[in-house]
Formats: sequence, C-alpha cells, structure tokens
Amino acid sequence: MPDLSINFAGIKSPNPFWLASAPPTNSGYQIMKAFDAGWGGAVWKTLGVPVVNVSSRYGGVNYRDKRLVGFNNIELISDRPLADNLREIEEVKKRFPNHAVIASLMVQSRQEWHDIVRQSQDAGADGFELNFGCPHGMCERGMGSAVGQEPKILQMIVEWVMEVATKPVIVKLTPNISDITEPAMAARRGGADAISLINTIQSIVGVDLDQFAPYPIVDGKGTNGGYCGPAVKPIALNMVKNCAQHPDVRLPISGIGGIENWRDAVEHILLGASSVQVCTAAMHFGFGIIREMTTGLEQYMVEKGFNTIYDFVGKALPNVLPWEQLNMKYKVTANIHEEKCIGCQLCYTACEDGAHQAIKLNADTRVPEIIQENCVGCNLCSLVCPVEDCITMDRTDDGTQHLTWKERVEAGTAPTEFNDERAGGRHHWVPEPAAALGKERHKTLPGKARIYSGETELPTVV
Amino acid sequence: MLRCALHDVLLEFISDQMPEFHTPTTEQEFQLNFAQLKPHMNRTEALYESSRCLFCFDAPCIKACPSGIDIPQFIRQINSGNDTGAARTIYEANYFGNACGKVCPTEVLCEGACVYNLQEVKPIEIGRLQSYATTKVIESGKKLFGPGAANGKSVAVIGAGPAGISAACELRALGYSVDVFEAKAQPSGLTVYGVAPYKITNEETLAEMDYLQAQFGYNTQFNSPINSREELVELENKYDAIFLGIGLGKTNELGLPGEDKINCTGAVEFIAELRQHHHQVNVGRKVIVLGGGNTAMDAASESSRLGAEQVILAYRRAKEEMGAYEFEYDLAKGVGVKGLFNVAPVEIVGNGYVAGVKFIRTETKDGKVSEVPGSEFVEPCDMVIKATGQAKQTEFLQLIPGLKLDGKGRIVADAHTGQTSNPKYFASGDAWNGGAEVVNAAAEAKLTARGIHAYLSK
Repeated sequence: MPDLSINFAGIKSPNPFWLASAPPTNSGYQIMKAFDAGWGGAVWKTLGVPVVNVSSRYGGVNYRDKRLVGFNNIELISDRPLADNLREIEEVKKRFPNHAVIASLMVQSRQEWHDIVRQSQDAGADGFELNFGCPHGMCERGMGSAVGQEPKILQMIVEWVMEVATKPVIVKLTPNISDITEPAMAARRGGADAISLINTIQSIVGVDLDQFAPYPIVDGKGTNGGYCGPAVKPIALNMVKNCAQHPDVRLPISGIGGIENWRDAVEHILLGASSVQVCTAAMHFGFGIIREMTTGLEQYMVEKGFNTIYDFVGKALPNVLPWEQLNMKYKVTANIHEEKCIGCQLCYTACEDGAHQAIKLNADTRVPEIIQENCVGCNLCSLVCPVEDCITMDRTDDGTQHLTWKERVEAGTAPTEFNDERAGGRHHWVPEPAAALGKERHKTLPGKARIYSGETELPTVV
Repeated sequence: MLRCALHDVLLEFISDQMPEFHTPTTEQEFQLNFAQLKPHMNRTEALYESSRCLFCFDAPCIKACPSGIDIPQFIRQINSGNDTGAARTIYEANYFGNACGKVCPTEVLCEGACVYNLQEVKPIEIGRLQSYATTKVIESGKKLFGPGAANGKSVAVIGAGPAGISAACELRALGYSVDVFEAKAQPSGLTVYGVAPYKITNEETLAEMDYLQAQFGYNTQFNSPINSREELVELENKYDAIFLGIGLGKTNELGLPGEDKINCTGAVEFIAELRQHHHQVNVGRKVIVLGGGNTAMDAASESSRLGAEQVILAYRRAKEEMGAYEFEYDLAKGVGVKGLFNVAPVEIVGNGYVAGVKFIRTETKDGKVSEVPGSEFVEPCDMVIKATGQAKQTEFLQLIPGLKLDGKGRIVADAHTGQTSNPKYFASGDAWNGGAEVVNAAAEAKLTARGIHAYLSK
C-alpha cells in the first residue's frame, strides 16, 4: 500500500488532508471528530482577540440543481476566548499525538504576536499558520488580507513571529492581489517555513432581487465576503502553480481552494502542493468525505505506482509553460463519433454561434458534421457535448514539427501589422455577415411553434 | 411433483380470484386506486428535472409536439425561477397546456423525441414540468392574456371541448365576441368526460377551464345542445361564423345479438360515468373489454381499479396489431388486465343480464382477419365494455347545408384554415380528424381560429 503520510516543513501528518482554518475547526470537539473520521490534520480556527460575529454569515452560489458550487462567508476569526482554544488544542494533541494540529493566528502588535505564538507552542501546536488572508471584517482592522496585500508588512510580521517560534511557520496568502508570488517571496524573506494558499476571494455571491441587497443579508444589508468552494479551484490551482514555479519562492505549499474529492487534491499536488486543506466540502457534506478522499488518493497512487506523496508533488509543473512556449504546429480537430451521438446539436450551435462555424448540419440526420478545414481545434464542441467520448479531439498534425510564438517572434515571422497576411485567421473561412440573417430562426424555434405562438410569417431562408 | 402442481393451482386460483384493487367505497379510496400517473411536481423536483434539459438546438421535442410548444424555452424559464413566463410560453402555443401536460401521450410525443432516449437515459419529464408551470399560474390566477380590442364581429362555437374552448380563446384574443354552446354540463369535453381518472382529475381540468374563461372572457352556455336546423339557422343569422368542435358521438353499436343486455355498456359512456360519479360506479366481478385501442386500455384499467376480480381485454387481431400505444397496454397489464387475442365477439349471452361473451377465434393472414370455423367458445363474465370506437355525429352534420363529409364521416375542411365546404362553418378536433388527442384538437383549433379571422377580415 502507498504511504500517504507527509512531513510538511517539519509538520508530520498521517495523510495530506487537513481541515482548513474555518468553522469546521472551531473547537476541539470538531477536530477530534474529524481525526476520528480519518483527517490527517487541522488548522485551528484563527486565534486572536476573540471577535463578535453577525447573524446570517454565509451565502451560496447554486448552479441549476447543484447547491453550493460557490460559497462565501462574512464570519470573522474565533469568537472563543484564547484560553479555551489553547486548552482544547492541548487535549486534542494528547489524544492524537500523530496528527497535525496547526494554530492559525491573527493579532496586531509585535508583543501580541510573541504572546500568542508562545502560548500556542506551549499548548502543543505542531506549527503555525499566519492568517494574512481574511478578506472581510479583519482586513478593515489592519489584519488578514490587509497584511497579505502589503509584502513589506507581511515580511515584518513573519520576522516577529520567527523571533519566538520553535515550530514551523506557514504563511497563508490572500488571492486578492495581482501577483501572488510577491507576498510568497516576502514570506520567504521573513523566514517562514511554508506557505498556504489560497484564502478566500473577495466576493458578492448574489443579490436578492426582492430586497435589493447582497447575500448574506444582515437586517436588510450585506457586505462583501470571502468566496470559496468548488468554483474557486481553478483560481487556486493557478496561484499554487505560480508559487511552485517561482524560483525565489521555494517553500512547501499547502494547497487550498475548491478541494472536495481526491481528484481535486491530486490536481493541487501535481501543481506543487504537498498538503491540502479543505473547508467548504466539509461544511457541506461533513467530515465523512475523508473516506472517499483517502481511498481515492490511495487508488490513484497504486495505479500510478507512486509510493509516497512526494513521488508526484509538482509532477505537472514542467508541463505548465508560458503561452509563448506552446507548440503552434500541434493540431487537433474534432471528431464526432456518430454511433454515440444523440442529436442534441449543442456542438453545432456552440460552434456556429460561439466559435468558428466549423460544424454543419445535413438533411435527414441529426448528427452534425465537422467541417475539417474550418476546425481550429478549440475543444468547444467536445466540452458542450453531453455524451461521454462522443466528440474527441484527435491529433491531425504528424508530430514532427515544433514552432512556438517565441520562436516566430525571434525569427520575424509573427504578424506585426494590423492587416498582416500572417494572421492566424487567414487560414479558415468566415461566412459573409449577411448570411446570418434569418438563417436559422426557424430552427431555434421551429416554424410550427412560431405559427402556434402567433407568428404567421416564417423568415425566409437566405 | 404433486406439491408443485398443487402450488401452481393455488397460484392460479389466487391470481384469478384476488382483485388487484379493492372496490373503492369512498372518495379517498377512489383517489388511492386512481392515483395520478403524473402527479404534481414541487419546486425542488421541477428544479432538478429542468436542470437536466440540454436545450437542444432545433429541439426534437418541439417538433414532436402537435401544438409546437417551445419546450426548451419553458423548461429554461422554470429553471431560472420564471414559472410565470414558462406558463406564458406554454399557453401561447396551447390553451390546454395544463391538461396536455397530464393527458398527452408524451411517451410517443415530446418525451418520446427527447434525445436522452438515444442514450438510454430517462427523457425529461416534459409533461409534468408543463403541468407544474401552468398549475402555478392557474392557482395564482395571474393574468397572462386578455381579449383583443373588440372588432364588432361574433363567432358561435359549438362544443366546449378542447377544440371549441381553444378556438374561443384564440378568437377572443383576436377581438371577436364568442358564445360557446355545450350540450353537457361542463366544459373541456373528453378531458373531463373521457380521459381516464388517473390521468387528470376533474378539479384540475375545470380549474384550467375557469382560468381560461377568466382570461379571455368568452360566454358559455351549458346544457344547450344544438340539434335542429332551426337552431342552426338562428346561429347562422346571428353570428359571422360558426365553429364546429362537436367531437364524436356514442360508442359504435356492434350489431351483435344480446348487445342490449344489462351490464353491456360502451366505453365512452362507462368512462363518462366514472369521471362524474367516481366510486359510485359499479363494475362487474369479471369484465370483458372489447377492443384494442387506447380507450379499451383505459376501460380495462379502470375496471380493475374499481375492484373487478378479473378483467379480460379481448381483441380481434394479434397483440402486435392493437391500435393502443404500448405504454397504455403496459399500464393495463400492470393492474392485472389479461389480454385475449385473435377472438371476435359473436354474441353477448345471458338472461337479461350479461353472463358471458361468445367468441369465435380468428387468424390473420396477409393482413386479413378471418374467423376459424367451429372455434366458438363462451367466456363467462358479468360485464361487457365495448371500446370499439365512437360513432360520427353524421345526423347533426347533415343539418348543415353544403357540408361535405369524407368516406369515414369526417368533416372535410381546409388543412390550413379549417374552413368547411360551407364557408360560414369551420371545424377542428375529433369531428374533423376522426378522433385524436386533446393536443391535436387544441392545435387545430388555434389555426382554425386564425382561418376564421382571415376569412372575416377579407
């Protein structure tokens, strides 16, 4: 069996799955329950001067029948007295000495940082996570993302912490910044042992159409919150990759953002994370999801022949390049597997209206046909197709040629003028604008339906 | 061996003698036995089901709908929380939108055309979504439509069935004054008098009728049969056009000896009784239903649900040749109905009361049915329901001067305008198409109303 255990910047954990600092890690009760269920570690809900919260704290983004594809909160850090939290940290560590218990911290002055680091250390915390990410409420008080957005201040605070910390220090970064590697490098300069990202993204998840107020609504009003959940994974993955690839960051990364199953976790790991943190999924489905995550990860590792997590940390990084280094000679075109096609024609209308008019319809069949010469290989049809493997993108170049944009620029073959003949669009045709008029109004709503709903004259087909 | 044989006999005895349903004696029991096949969706179910719709381009479901409802549009509207807009989309194409959602043979229409079928995935429950949206506006009474500006012209509509009411709505929208004359006491025709009770309730049917009348404001006169030349002359003089939505008549006589025996009834009449009087309708212990169409399936199912111990569906030809939709036969089989094929009734036997049906076996050769000489047998029963088609209202139609009927007694009318050979008369529905679904009548009547408008606007 593969070994799931990790040693993350000196913090040991039986598996890479940690609960992120958030409501699920508010108490020793919850964390013990999570460890009992199989979680490898937990980052305690941020300790500091206890806060007072508002009622109505979370908002959700539902997509069609799927609930909480996105989630946001306006809750602040722990509202429990520090002494209570520290006592419980001690209790959890006694009961689970091999699990990772990390104290998330957020205070203001150097003295406060020193005090809280020392006290958490004494309570038995295996490490610290400095919360420089919270994008609501706390940042307005000069903490959280207000620090994460100011690399100099971030570095200074890390330095304060390092003055007293005897356990590994992780700096949690905010994504509410143009270049995530700036604060990551500041963390390194300050002497931090690792970084974790991403914290939540500043957001408004929705507006109530009747109350004219953003969610979540507090007495008719709302405020921006922190966005998380499955929807943020792509943003998180990109930022994890940015930090993992940056030559001056070189710190272990705890990946956070949109992880709810083993697959999401593996993606984070392949892009450089060596531990992962989960919050929204645990808030949605409970701690029980860990069983699927660990077994899924294990199965993946068995199938790939990986013995430890470190066999594949960052394994996808060499394949993530700047756009200018991609091979422009590589060519795929869409291929509709007729026997699988159910005739929804979503590929047709997607290509027709949203891409390059490279799919046509033929009489007497609902199976569309790819116009090979116009297919630019954009993938859109295969993405909208509701049938598994019905549209495949198949390679059509012979694989012998390799040419990048960078090379073209260097060779002077890249288009440089407004009407340059070397423009990519010269290689496929575009219909005449007027050919669009009336072309398929009768199809988006068939003629019969038009007649019954009162439109008596059908548009003439041009 | 002996035990096995005994067991088989016992099983046969049980399956023969135990009714599928207990005879309902209260309205509550009736509702249980006749539970709705397409029950109402709640908002959550509608959200889940509407989420599955792919929003096909050139959607096959629209093309399969005789009334051309823009189905992907209304499903998308439901999904985005615009149930009112969804109902508007439906009603713009079909005034019987709510009823059609429940009574349409969606399995062979919209849902049968759903592309999911090709993937062996359950098609979208279009019918139930349609009823969901329309039920919401009916219950809220929201005003979606209204009469057009009065144009000073008037049309008489004979028959308040799906054709007549649909024509009335469309004509009102076009600004006509409309009076609807109905022989029976309630509107909606076979929707309230002829559809199986497990497909739609009387309350649902009539609620839609009330909603439409409130929206469009046509006049209705119930218990007002038109059956003389004098009455027709009066209408001809008073109205600019007359719409015939008269449907079909009574069940065809078979011309068999003993057809007048007590407990030998027509399916149309039986179902009309059932729709009006529910559990108060008596059914035999052993019922034979004659026929192989959808009405025969309904009558057989209904007999079983009323507590008949045994229901036999007797059809002249082979099972595969039945006119009924496969799902309708499955429905009947599901409630214990047994098929008896290749038998033709010769005589209803009994002394005053039905005691059985004498059949002769038949065989089909080269598409022709012939009787097998000497193969007569009597199948005992205490009730016979004839589901052998409805007669045309030829006698009445002959009162209209110059009105042409085709060889099957159907009104001949222009396919696009519904205008008959007597230019003042227009027709739609069963009397024109020979007997089809509610949705066909609703669709035809909409076109015919426009035909009337075109004729009167000349």
